[in-house]
Amino acid sequence: MNINIQEIKDLSIGFKSQKGEQISILRNITTNIRKGETVGIVGESGSGKSTLALAMMGYIKHGLFTNGGECLFKSQDLLSLNNKELEDIRGRKIAMIPQNAGQALTPNLKIGYQIEEALRLHTDFSKVEREQKISELLNQVRLPSPKIMALRYPHELSGGQQQRVAVAMALAGNPELLLLDEPTTGLDVTTQAHVLELLKDIAKDTGTSMVYVSHDLGAIAQVCDRVIVMYAGEIVLEGPVRKILKEPIHPYTYGLLKSIPKLSLSGLPDSMPGSQPQPGNIGSGCSFYDRCNFSSDECKIKVPELEYLSEIDTSVRCFNHSELISKTSEQKITNELKKEITIDEILDLKDVSISYAKQGIIDQFLNKVTDTNPTVKDINININKGETIALVGESGSGKSTILKSIAGLLKTKDGYIKFDKEKLLSGDLKKRNSEDLRSIQLIFQNPDESLNPNHTVEQILSQPLKLYFGLTGSKLKSSIAELLEKVRLGAFYMSRYPRQLSGGEKQRIAVARAFAARPDIILCDEVTSALDVSVQAAVLDLLQKLKEELGTTYVFVSHDLAVVKAISDRVAVLYQGRLCEIGPSKDVYQFPSHPYTEVLIGAVLEPDPDIRPKLVAEDIVEEKPPEIGCSFQGRCPRIVGDKCRNETPPWQFGDNGNAIRCHIDIEELKIQQS
Amino acid sequence: METSKNTFHENPKSSLEKVLDIISTMASKPSGFIGLAILIFHVILAITSPWFAPYDYKAINPTLMLNAPSSEFWFGTDSLGRDVFTRTILGGRTALTITFFGSIIALLWGGLLGIFCGLVGGRIDDVVMRIVDAFLSIPWILAMLLIVSLLGTTTEVLIPALGFFYGKGIVRVARAATHDVIAKDFIVSAKARGHSNLSIIWNEILPNVRDAILVEGAMRWSWMLLGFSSLSFLGFGVSPPTPDWGLMISNARGLMSFAWWAVIAPIVGLSSLIIGINLTADAFAKALGIDRSTKAPV
Repeated sequence: MNINIQEIKDLSIGFKSQKGEQISILRNITTNIRKGETVGIVGESGSGKSTLALAMMGYIKHGLFTNGGECLFKSQDLLSLNNKELEDIRGRKIAMIPQNAGQALTPNLKIGYQIEEALRLHTDFSKVEREQKISELLNQVRLPSPKIMALRYPHELSGGQQQRVAVAMALAGNPELLLLDEPTTGLDVTTQAHVLELLKDIAKDTGTSMVYVSHDLGAIAQVCDRVIVMYAGEIVLEGPVRKILKEPIHPYTYGLLKSIPKLSLSGLPDSMPGSQPQPGNIGSGCSFYDRCNFSSDECKIKVPELEYLSEIDTSVRCFNHSELISKTSEQKITNELKKEITIDEILDLKDVSISYAKQGIIDQFLNKVTDTNPTVKDINININKGETIALVGESGSGKSTILKSIAGLLKTKDGYIKFDKEKLLSGDLKKRNSEDLRSIQLIFQNPDESLNPNHTVEQILSQPLKLYFGLTGSKLKSSIAELLEKVRLGAFYMSRYPRQLSGGEKQRIAVARAFAARPDIILCDEVTSALDVSVQAAVLDLLQKLKEELGTTYVFVSHDLAVVKAISDRVAVLYQGRLCEIGPSKDVYQFPSHPYTEVLIGAVLEPDPDIRPKLVAEDIVEEKPPEIGCSFQGRCPRIVGDKCRNETPPWQFGDNGNAIRCHIDIEELKIQQS
Repeated sequence: METSKNTFHENPKSSLEKVLDIISTMASKPSGFIGLAILIFHVILAITSPWFAPYDYKAINPTLMLNAPSSEFWFGTDSLGRDVFTRTILGGRTALTITFFGSIIALLWGGLLGIFCGLVGGRIDDVVMRIVDAFLSIPWILAMLLIVSLLGTTTEVLIPALGFFYGKGIVRVARAATHDVIAKDFIVSAKARGHSNLSIIWNEILPNVRDAILVEGAMRWSWMLLGFSSLSFLGFGVSPPTPDWGLMISNARGLMSFAWWAVIAPIVGLSSLIIGINLTADAFAKALGIDRSTKAPV
């Protein structure tokens, strides 16, 4: 068990800056991968985890070069091999599973052909044997009816199925080491849980060593035996998964774990100040010094060595790790939210339906409605002043679609949206008056896309100020400075371009731009999902503080149930554009709940190896909502028969104030779910 | 992990510094340096040549007909006994001026219409683009000949006419570049705030498509120069006796077998300028990070 399959010795990788300085991305990495174990590499974006994983298969990105050190695979230095020699190792001995299988598969070749190609390159099987092996592989990754599956094209599969095909291709050469680069990041929660389960079984069945690169501690907790935590290109902590996740003895890991929202806790998680230093900007001392709560003077001048503590089989890069051991037991989060909602309606969605179907010219002319099964249907939500309401669901649940129609970017097909009790919001953006436009602002998921790359922060923030308040000159400048102050950034940020800011800073600018309009409602579309965990906590905290200060109402769209639990007062669960459940967040997260909510909650990955996700439903993906009956009929684990397929389920009200749309009696659900 | 992340804490640059930066990047590669040098040489020559031209460009002297190059007449003389050197260094002035302003007009109308079409989309876009397609299918030289024969060959006619015909292609490039940014959230954000189309074009789209359009404009300049010289060659550009390369080539081409100097000099002038502009445009594109080899004009 303790044979090292890969040993990395003092590896440094870097690049040359324009001024000719050598800048390191990876600094003195020394670690090893044992036979048959699964090692997780965790870190925030820019920590060098992907660079390390690629180096493990002897690949160094264009523009980078090694700065000393070696990467031994079965005592052969991969970094000194030429391409021909590497070809024999890659695929046969070391295989890689990419992050986005949809992009990694060739779109115009059938699945079977692509797997066959991998077999042809990496094995010595004959044609007949290969045919057989394809079915075997597809069976192994638990794809239904392999014969039919092999004849499909990648676009005919769902994201989870594509990822399974990528796993099958990687397994084709029967590798000894499997590298996985964020293999489940783009997938829905339920699919993710299933794919992780599969990976775990494969590791057990084949005895393959795995290196699992991820920023998601929840996924790491499920599959890994050992964890390596990276920060600013260094290993800061390495050890068995339980030790790392339950009693972290490095301040960074400690802070990181505290900043993850968890289902078991209520309220906002603690945030970590600052951000990870960029390569080349790391000071002389410990790279985590600026953000550390446990630092001493020594940390500022001296770089701590990676110290091996044999009694807990853990390596740690910190002078003061002994201080942390006592701290780790107290994991209570204290910043509970105020959850008093006064009934004072600000937004009312009544019977809203939205359709993406394009009408033909003749139908348009006759004013005929052709789409009887719209993407979003029968949405009734009342939103009160000052509350945070969250719309939750997997991709395709229509949550962003609803947000867009509130913002006026999409027309509703039926129903209406009322603002401030009497004002009817037009579905056409051009027909809304400037006051209504100002009152509703949007924050987007990815600040790289939502901030104009050719504008300075000052120009970005001046857009709404000029448009709505006509500010100019010194008044404009002072307003911008005030806004920056509000989002905890200094006035010196004004002259910066988005590319000069970190991910968290960019999102703060996006928040500031939304608040510049002094809106009543802010629509947040997955605002934290593109951010690192520690930054996410800080942005959530900022949003909460601003809300308490200004009384803004948030409509918060997210797929992450833990984040939603942390920030929202009320939750609406959507499936296929239909409401399943709505109610105060603390009640929605308690049973009895809609079977879909149950599936979602069950699939949430907690950063704790002892809490396993409950996999209750199949991870199939439905293309279209069913025409009649319950929207969740296709996947429901508690389906009761024809009633679910033919009749629209009625609303039932729980004792706590949540409403569930299900045919099963709510008392019955309570018994089944407990 | 991007290797360019060390630009993280750079200080904001003024626009002058940015322009100087781009020029120095352009000149750092041999092809860009040569292109810039040729272009600058031609521009300086065009501006200053009237002051140092050794002879009068229109002085006809039958006794000096078709003299070979000598120390007195560096490039020889033409069929009317005029100094070829004088006429060559003056010959680019009209072409450069007319095509420069023509390119600006092409850039303005082509760029703005392209961005507008890309932004509004739908039926307006369809109709406008089909009209542009229709114009693209007409051979420009026929249309130009029609226009100049109806309206004359004055500068006031040539500049807008050339600007119109060379702007059609820019419409498509600008529209394609706009499509690249139009789906980005910052445009959606501006729309949701309720900005007018004009304000979205000016504030949000233009800064992001400017580079692509400028590079395209620079390329069009060299094509327009060739086009204008072709017009002159056919007798529809500059009127004699104004010196112009196209006209000079046309006049001297019959005598090429025994008075090659009279035709070689304007050819060298014209082709070197076109090559210079081409190299400069390519270097400009590379300095801005637009690779013309992968992003061909639509």
